[in-house]
Amino acid sequence: MNRAAWLGVLGVALVALPWVAGEFYVNLTSQILIAAVFAASINLLLGYGGLPTLGHAAYVGVAAYVSALVYLKLGLPHWIGAPIALVATTLMACVFGWIALRATGLGFLMLTLALSQVLWGTAYRWVAVTDGDNGLRGLTRPTPFGISLDSATAFYYFALAVTVISFWMMAKFVDSPFGAALQGTRDQPRRMSALGHNVGLIRWLTFVYAGFWGAVSGLLFVYYHKYIHPVSLSLTNSAEGLLAVIAGGPGTLAGPVVGATIVMLLKNYVSTYIERWNMLLGFVFVLIIVFMPAGLVPGVRRWWAAWRARRT
Amino acid sequence: MGSLAREADVTAALEIAGLHKAFGGLPAINGVSLVVSAGERRLIIGPNGAGKTTLFNLVTGDLAADSGAVRLFGQEVSRLAPYQRAHLGMARTYQIITLFGKDTLEHNVVLSLLGLSTARWQVFRPLARYGHLRAEARRILKTVGLEQLAARPIGEVSYGERRRLELAMALAQQPKLLLLDEPFAGLSREERVAMKQLVAQIPREVTVVLIEHDMDTALDLAERITVLHYGSVIVEGSRAEVVADPKTKEVYLGD
Repeated sequence: MNRAAWLGVLGVALVALPWVAGEFYVNLTSQILIAAVFAASINLLLGYGGLPTLGHAAYVGVAAYVSALVYLKLGLPHWIGAPIALVATTLMACVFGWIALRATGLGFLMLTLALSQVLWGTAYRWVAVTDGDNGLRGLTRPTPFGISLDSATAFYYFALAVTVISFWMMAKFVDSPFGAALQGTRDQPRRMSALGHNVGLIRWLTFVYAGFWGAVSGLLFVYYHKYIHPVSLSLTNSAEGLLAVIAGGPGTLAGPVVGATIVMLLKNYVSTYIERWNMLLGFVFVLIIVFMPAGLVPGVRRWWAAWRARRT
Repeated sequence: MGSLAREADVTAALEIAGLHKAFGGLPAINGVSLVVSAGERRLIIGPNGAGKTTLFNLVTGDLAADSGAVRLFGQEVSRLAPYQRAHLGMARTYQIITLFGKDTLEHNVVLSLLGLSTARWQVFRPLARYGHLRAEARRILKTVGLEQLAARPIGEVSYGERRRLELAMALAQQPKLLLLDEPFAGLSREERVAMKQLVAQIPREVTVVLIEHDMDTALDLAERITVLHYGSVIVEGSRAEVVADPKTKEVYLGD
C-alpha cells in the first residue's frame, strides 16, 4: 500500500473510533494525539535538524502555565488566552534557541536541559504564582464556536483536528526547500555553509518553529487535564518525548506517532496491570534500539522491503 | 618589479595579505601573502603539512585567521562567515569528500543551487515542485558526465564519480573564484585525465586556485605556481621559474 492509502485507513479509523470504542479508549487516544504532536515537534529538531533536545517539555509546560494563569489570574477567555500562550512560548523559544544553539550535539543537549530545568525549578518554587507542587486547578476547556468540549468524544475530535493541522504544517515544513536545507545542515553543516546556506539561522528558525508546535501540544495537554503541575516541565517529560522519537524513527513523519503511541500505551494502559511500567518501557526501548537502530518506522520498512524482495 | 604592479592590480580575484594562523602555538600559516589575478589558474603546491588546506579554510572562512586579510575582488572578507563568502562568488571543493551521503546526486546539486537561491527560505511550497532546480541540476551533472547517475544515491557511485560531483556542486554555483582542494586525490590515471579535462574546460571568467601536494599532477593546468612550505610561501612564479628554482627541489627532494 502506498502512503495515501495508509493515511486513508488511519483517517477512517481515527474518525470512527468514538463509535466503536469506550470512553477510556477515546481519552487514551486523545492523550496519544497530544503526545504525538509533542514528539513531532521534537522530531523537527532531532530527526531533521540533528539537534538532540532534552528540554522540549519547557514549551509544553510554559504554554500550559501561561494559558492557565491567563484564565485564573486575569479571568480572560480561552480565545484570548490561547494566542497569548502561543506567542509567549514562541518568544521564549526565540531566546532559548539563541542560547542553546551556541552549541551542537551534547553541548546543545545540556543547554536545552539546563534551560528547561530552570523553568521546572521555578514552577516548583514560585508558589505565589504556580502554587508549586499543588499545581494549578480549576481550569476549563475552551468552547470553540460555542461547542462544549467537556465530553470525551467532543474533546477527542478537537484534539484530532488540531493534530491533523499540526502534522500537515510540520510535513509541509520538512518537504519544502527550507526543510531540505535543514536536513543538509544535519548531514554536512560545513558544506552547507560553504554552499551559501546560513546554518545558524536555519537551525534557529527550526528551533522556534519546533517550540511553537511544542506549545500547541501544551495547550492541548492543559485543556485535556484541566490541571497543570510542574512535572509537565520536568526532565522526565522531555526524555519521554525524545525517546518516543528515537524509538519511532527520527527524521520520518510517522515515527513520532508510533513512538508516542508506544509510550502512552505503556504509561496509561499497561500501567494498570504492571506497576513497574517504567521498567517495561525501558525494556521495549532497548529491544527497539538493538533490533532497529534507526527506529521502528524505518526498521519495519526495511523488513517489509526485504520480505517483498524475497517473495519475487 | 612585477610583483609591485600586481599588488596595485584592482582586478585581483583573490588577495591574501600577511595571513597568520596558529593551532595551540604551532604556526600553520605563517605570514602568507599572495595575489591571484582574475581569470588566472594558480597552483599551490607543498608537501603534506605545508598548510595548504588550512590556507583554503582561512580563505573560505571555515577557520578564523589570527591576523591578516583576505580580499575577494578588492572586498575585505576576513570577518565574513563562509556562507556570506559563498554569496560573493567563492566556491570550493574538499580534499576529504564532503557530500550528502544519503541523498541522490541530483539532490546534492539541488542543495548547491538552493544555497544561492532565495527559494531556500521557502517553507510552504514542496521542493518537489521546483522542477527547474532539478532540470538545472541535471544539466550541470551532464557537464561532468554524471547525468546517467543523477537518481542514484551517493553510496552507489564510485570514488571517482564522487570527486566529479564535488566539482559539479562547486560549478553549479557559477563562482567567480573556485578553490579546488586536491581534486585528483585518490583517482586512477584514467580518472585523472578526465578530471583534468573538466578543470581545463572551466570558463575563463572563473578564477581557479588549485591545491596539490604532488608536484607533477597539475603542473600543466596552472600559469603560476606558489610553493608552500611550513606555512610560508617559499617560491612563486611561472611554471618554468618554479620548476627551475633550487628551493622547490629542496622541498620536494628533501636535500
